[in-house]
Amino acid sequence: MEKRVVFQNRYLPYLLIAPQIAITIVFFFWPASQAVVQSVLREDAFGTRSYFVGMENFLALFEDEYYLNSFKITALFSTLVTTIGLSLSLLLAVTADRLVRGTTAYKTLLIWPYAVAPAVAGALWGFVFLPGPGIFAWLLLQAGVDWNFHLNGNQAMFVVVVAATWKQISYNFLFFLAGLQSIPKSLIEAAAIDGAGPIRRFWSVVFPLLSPTLFFLVVVNVVYAFFETFGVIHSLTRGGPAKSTEILVYKVWYDGFEAQDLGGSAAQSVILMAIVIGLTVIQFRYIERKVHY
Amino acid sequence: MAKVTLKSVKKNYGPVKAIHGVDMEIADGEFIVIVGPSGCGKSTLLRMIAGLEAITEGEIVIGDRVVNDIEPADRDIAMVFQNYALYPHMSVHQNMSYGLRIRGMDKANIEKRVQRAAEILQLQPYLQRKPRELSGGQRQRVAMGRAIVREPSVFLFDEPLSNLDAKLRVQMRLEIKRLHQQLGVTSIYVTHDQVEAMTLADRLVVMNQGRADQIGSPFDVYGNPATTYVGGFIGSPAMNFLSCRVETGTGGPKAVLADGTALMLPAEWTPPAGNYTIGIRPETMRIARPGETAQLHLNVDVAEELGADTLLHGKLGDEDLVARVPSHAGYHDHSRPGLMIDIARAHLFDPESGLRIAL
Amino acid sequence: MIERRPVANAFGHLMLVAMIIIVAFPIYLAVVAASHTIQDVSQTPMPLLPGAELLTNTARALFDGPQLVGVSGATPAIVLMMNSLIMAIAIAVGKIIISLLSAFAIVYFRFPLKNFFFWMIFITLMLPVEVRIIPTYKIVADLGLLDTYTGLVLPLIASATATFLFRQFFMTVPDELVEAARIDGAGPMRFFWDILVPLTRTSIAAMFVIQFIYGWNQYLWPLLIASDYKYQTIVLAIGRLIRAPDAFYEWPVIMGMAVLALLPPVLVVVLMQRWFVKGLVETEK
Repeated sequence: MEKRVVFQNRYLPYLLIAPQIAITIVFFFWPASQAVVQSVLREDAFGTRSYFVGMENFLALFEDEYYLNSFKITALFSTLVTTIGLSLSLLLAVTADRLVRGTTAYKTLLIWPYAVAPAVAGALWGFVFLPGPGIFAWLLLQAGVDWNFHLNGNQAMFVVVVAATWKQISYNFLFFLAGLQSIPKSLIEAAAIDGAGPIRRFWSVVFPLLSPTLFFLVVVNVVYAFFETFGVIHSLTRGGPAKSTEILVYKVWYDGFEAQDLGGSAAQSVILMAIVIGLTVIQFRYIERKVHY
Repeated sequence: MAKVTLKSVKKNYGPVKAIHGVDMEIADGEFIVIVGPSGCGKSTLLRMIAGLEAITEGEIVIGDRVVNDIEPADRDIAMVFQNYALYPHMSVHQNMSYGLRIRGMDKANIEKRVQRAAEILQLQPYLQRKPRELSGGQRQRVAMGRAIVREPSVFLFDEPLSNLDAKLRVQMRLEIKRLHQQLGVTSIYVTHDQVEAMTLADRLVVMNQGRADQIGSPFDVYGNPATTYVGGFIGSPAMNFLSCRVETGTGGPKAVLADGTALMLPAEWTPPAGNYTIGIRPETMRIARPGETAQLHLNVDVAEELGADTLLHGKLGDEDLVARVPSHAGYHDHSRPGLMIDIARAHLFDPESGLRIAL
Repeated sequence: MIERRPVANAFGHLMLVAMIIIVAFPIYLAVVAASHTIQDVSQTPMPLLPGAELLTNTARALFDGPQLVGVSGATPAIVLMMNSLIMAIAIAVGKIIISLLSAFAIVYFRFPLKNFFFWMIFITLMLPVEVRIIPTYKIVADLGLLDTYTGLVLPLIASATATFLFRQFFMTVPDELVEAARIDGAGPMRFFWDILVPLTRTSIAAMFVIQFIYGWNQYLWPLLIASDYKYQTIVLAIGRLIRAPDAFYEWPVIMGMAVLALLPPVLVVVLMQRWFVKGLVETEK
């Protein structure tokens, strides 16, 4: 797309775009390229010299059972966050869309968790599930569950999934609702005249028309679960107990900063970059195809 | 105020030629209308005069200055756009005064000019409103007000009425005409609407695929179209074009139509014998009176009742012909009236080039 | 809708209300915890109804901060919130300014390398800070920006999202406005300030809400850059305090701080809901 009318000026456009480009180069491209360079280097024991090791850092990673474990944990975590979050918010959006009254009020009352920081979401839920004062922890203990998410890996995973999903529900809800409201009412009425009941209408008319939104949200939620939940993990479990909630992003940070393994951390960064690029490409491929309809 | 001269002005978009070389002299205070269908290059030509499009070749002179390389703001022109192009976040007053403020004119002077323009256009009650709070006609007036306050030597109008409904369009057309009489500023007006063109223009420019087919007074363009294109474009319904063969012989020249009908041409016409296109305006035909020998018979398919007139649509051989006759003539679908033609008002055109044959 | 089904409707309302309660529950509990003495909160389970100490605890959170052995120096929430506010506003305003400028350049000028620059900005979408932690940290360290506001803000203000949103909006501005402005004698920057920016108000407001929240909620980046307590943000402090070994001595104050940490962005979203929802849905198109 191009404007028919443009201004003529030789230097001004460069001046205008310069701040953005400067920051992009200094803080995005340079570090990203450094990550790639470091991922094939290793520092000697004193940290004074580094030498080229080729793919060794990567190979080491794929032999590292903790790293492979972290991959599995991330896969489990993001699958749970995405499926639970999307199903719940779809159900809520469909319910709110059906109701004639109150949709706007419900929207207002459901959107604000979007504004809560992941780390704060972690703190809030951590408190609710905290053995001792935590209400849910108490309820679980009353029900005979041996509850302590600081000691039990599965329970820790449960709490981080709850906190991460809770924060994302409002975002999903807003998009589902917008998607539902953009479906022409006449289509649904036509289906009703054809004799389709509400459930049938949902699956044969509404859901297919909602699938672009659904697809978009799947990608967004996977990206969210992969990268933006660092705060949830850090504030709730610090990746523990026994690395049972150590997702990839947490491990990059931990290995680089706490364990000072620069080459290993850089190699992990490069793998993460590949994952984001893959997800972005998938998303844009899909959007492009959608546009061509 | 100034005269405007175009000297073989050309415009290319890459390999595509949009304007093929237009020559024009516009006198000081004249109202010129450039008319043509969409894509004929009329807006491009106007935008070149405004300085919004670069000139590929040729020269544009406003007053005594060649303006080819002069910024639009410095050409001493003002322009009224099709969609008004009012700044949506500014009040009417701010919209009109924006250009003057940029030029650094002093407040008192700006105020004087804005008030005067508002008075002329009856916009005083709306000066503090935003464009979205105005009707289409009022917005149009603000757009003109913005041009007036500049007190330019040339007004440029780019289809300014095409976004208005039919009734308002007629009203605004009159206002523009009155405004021109009052201010007397050289105006160049682009439209695709031939009625607007005919009613507003001192002189018309009929554009066809990047060329000016004819420049002349409305009367002249209507009565003596330079090409079949002009004849077909100006006038509604359009001029009828029938292919014919002119034979010269005893009893004067005559045109033989495709269905064999022979029309006697005026004796003073002396076209060489050969194939032509004859152009006949629908209103130059009438129903043959009782006792008259009809010059031709028309098989009417549809009779369109317009109130004052009836349009008889029919075929002569396999060519379409429309005649405009008074309503009370009583002809209707599938009748076959005999028609008389005022042949002196017909024209012969070259069937290849479409140019009118001088007779 | 098509069928009139009072029972189904009632059930729908019931479900939404239940969900709203569940969603609000952890925050309610944080407020309750912040309104009791530490003795009350230490019961198992803690009380479910608000107590009388909310003001006292909030005041302590704001002006003293929790007194913990494991965390060196108690930083009052007011200092932390001020840091968060500076960071959030600087990031939001910075992103908006540089994105407006670059979108203006991209839409309203033709110049060599334009598409190259556009792609450069686009690619930043694929490089979230989380995937380039160490090298970015190193650059900021080399520039001497650790423990500075500049270090907290500057690396985060490049924004493909905002640039795309503004670009998209600029494309819908009619060309005639530029032409009218040119005839009125306005140059590019005059057009930008007098006409384009005022027209973009709504998108700017939407972007401000989204980026304010983004800035306020940053966690990993301040964790790397702000080792000095003077530069810590409130969200970062919550994440640290909640895991402190002796946190249970100070639950009411810590929960009070958690509420303070989420209040500003939540207020911004609720008060500017109209722009926020519009902006959110439009950026992702």
